[in-house]
Amino acid sequence: MTEIAAADPLPKPKRDIAPILLPIALALVMIPLIGSPSTWLTLTAASLAMGMMIFIMASGLTLVFGLMDVLNFGHGAFIAVGAYVATLVLAPFAASMQADSLWINLAVLAPAALLSMAVSGALGLVVERVLILPVYGQHLKQILMTTGGLIVAEQTMYALWGPQIIPMPLPTSLRGSFIFGDVAIAKYRVLAMLIGLGVFIAIQLVLNRTKLGLLIRAGVENREMVEALGYRIRRLFLGVFMTGSALAGLGGVMWALYREQVHASMSDELTVLIFVVVIIGGLGSIGGCFIGAILVAMVANYGGFLVPKLALVSNILLMVAILMWRPRGLYAVTSR
Amino acid sequence: MMLLSGDPPRSRVLTLLLVVIILALAATPFLFPGAKALNVAAKICVFAALVASYDLLLGYTGSVSFAHTMFYGIGSYAIAIALYGMGPNWAAVATGIVVGLPLAALLALAIGLFSLRVAAIFFAMITLAVASAFQVLASQLSWLTGGEDGRSFQLPELLRPGTVLISKSLFGFEINGRILTFYLVFAVSALMILALLRVVNSPFGRVLQAIRENRFRAEALGFRTVFHLSYANCLAALVAAGAGILNALWLRYAGPDTSLSFSIMLDILLMVVIGGMGTIYGAIIGATIFILAQNYLQSLMGVASKAASEAGLPLLPGLLHPDRWLLWLGLLFIASVYFFPTGVVGRLRNGGGDKSTGASH
Repeated sequence: MTEIAAADPLPKPKRDIAPILLPIALALVMIPLIGSPSTWLTLTAASLAMGMMIFIMASGLTLVFGLMDVLNFGHGAFIAVGAYVATLVLAPFAASMQADSLWINLAVLAPAALLSMAVSGALGLVVERVLILPVYGQHLKQILMTTGGLIVAEQTMYALWGPQIIPMPLPTSLRGSFIFGDVAIAKYRVLAMLIGLGVFIAIQLVLNRTKLGLLIRAGVENREMVEALGYRIRRLFLGVFMTGSALAGLGGVMWALYREQVHASMSDELTVLIFVVVIIGGLGSIGGCFIGAILVAMVANYGGFLVPKLALVSNILLMVAILMWRPRGLYAVTSR
Repeated sequence: MMLLSGDPPRSRVLTLLLVVIILALAATPFLFPGAKALNVAAKICVFAALVASYDLLLGYTGSVSFAHTMFYGIGSYAIAIALYGMGPNWAAVATGIVVGLPLAALLALAIGLFSLRVAAIFFAMITLAVASAFQVLASQLSWLTGGEDGRSFQLPELLRPGTVLISKSLFGFEINGRILTFYLVFAVSALMILALLRVVNSPFGRVLQAIRENRFRAEALGFRTVFHLSYANCLAALVAAGAGILNALWLRYAGPDTSLSFSIMLDILLMVVIGGMGTIYGAIIGATIFILAQNYLQSLMGVASKAASEAGLPLLPGLLHPDRWLLWLGLLFIASVYFFPTGVVGRLRNGGGDKSTGASH
């Protein structure tokens, strides 16, 4: 035990970098397995883009759990709602979407995404007040309530938009790929990567550089203590919940553009993916969620290329492997 | 009393309801003519057993599993694949049972050991992920499972509709293989429900309830909670697979939509909560309400939807469309979790009093 003088800065906690190295190592191991470097680059870019989108959708869920011990099984509904709301804006402006100018395209896409975020955020407010507040602190009822919410939300979407698949074509300027030599990277994936990275950096900055972030991190670690210090953690939680819902809406728009279609069942399909990511990352950890999302996307892309049949269960295998290594996910931030 | 393992319905209205339901089910082939009524009755039997087995998990141990349809599907597919591959004989039925049940139990054990050590919430997420992977697997391995089309098969001679056991001239009713199959479904479902009632009222069942109420305390009393939870998980999986076998035998078909889809999982959840968690009897009530609603409410909604669209109301025709019946049941589900968490059975037993079951934390 070394002596620490009063003037010395506090000893820095040791950085745990093993999880960060994991996706990098995975990507490097894949180079010889895939063989062609250009294919490898394309696949890696695809996994990064897909991972960023999954991260955007999952980040809210993990924070909400970390902060308030609330697991929202209806989180997927926000994703689908976001995608549907975007179609409301994009359909009337289809002509601008077809225009061959990046700025005109973005001028339509940006308001659509913002409106989606606003609507799913507002829906988050309603869900928190109506479904989660009454059963706060009771896991079993939370799961049941939010699952009920998912059923109702999905059915309402069917009632409003019909059961058919709504096409959501990419704007003209985002079609096609950037070609470097014999490496092709789809333009939209680059945009998705940029947005995802932007969201990740923004969340990290808010969490690590602001007082609000300090309170959220403190709340994740010890809720009672933050309350005892006189902060209204319930209001903080509501804010986080709404932000998480809004981000899920944004992720929904991006995912719908990626798949170029919208359907209410996308919420079911993505809920599973998001849960796997959140479990892998460690409940409540944003960094873990980010790495988990990229890992899941990498396994899906590399796995789909190398052994297509394996891709069906690759998520589960990845989850089992990670949990064998670290039973509480990559970063265990909560004491629960 | 022996039959009910000393756990009677404990409410006059409930007893009456149960007696009416069971008598009506038993007499369906004679009371309600037509294939639809018989189908509905068989479905109620199968789902009552399936939901009761889910109640063992949800109501008695407090762990939410989303993988229950997986076990149901394993049972269905085991019998379907066996009868499809080996032809319509009793050896194939036996093979299906001998392969399907242990497979379900083993898988339940694996999932249980892997995820029951941690909190209920982890278990719910992991089962959801595993079940969805299984569903994809079943629809992709088409050489075995028939993919999205599923597997249709023929039943052994004795159970076919064409087999007349007692001709019409004797009692005025024709007893054929179809009716025999119905009674097979009815009897096996009833047996499984009674067995579950026995399990939950045994010392083992009491330990499960102790774990539900306070896992830490149960552990402190010296119970190996992981063992008990895994055991309950396996038992529930066995009964679910049994229900799956019955379902496949009745439908003469097993496919992703009838035995594996996530919507069946949600149906089970709705039935157990509306009927009453932690009561076993709730499963019978819940399954009856739900399946009657599924089959008869829809036509009612169709009429209402038409009336609304003729009156020129906005939105309402869409909301009342027969395909949207689940919307209303979803609302009922939320309301019942919120207002009467003990479901119909709990409500009847307490005479309207509000005594909520403790949720695990």
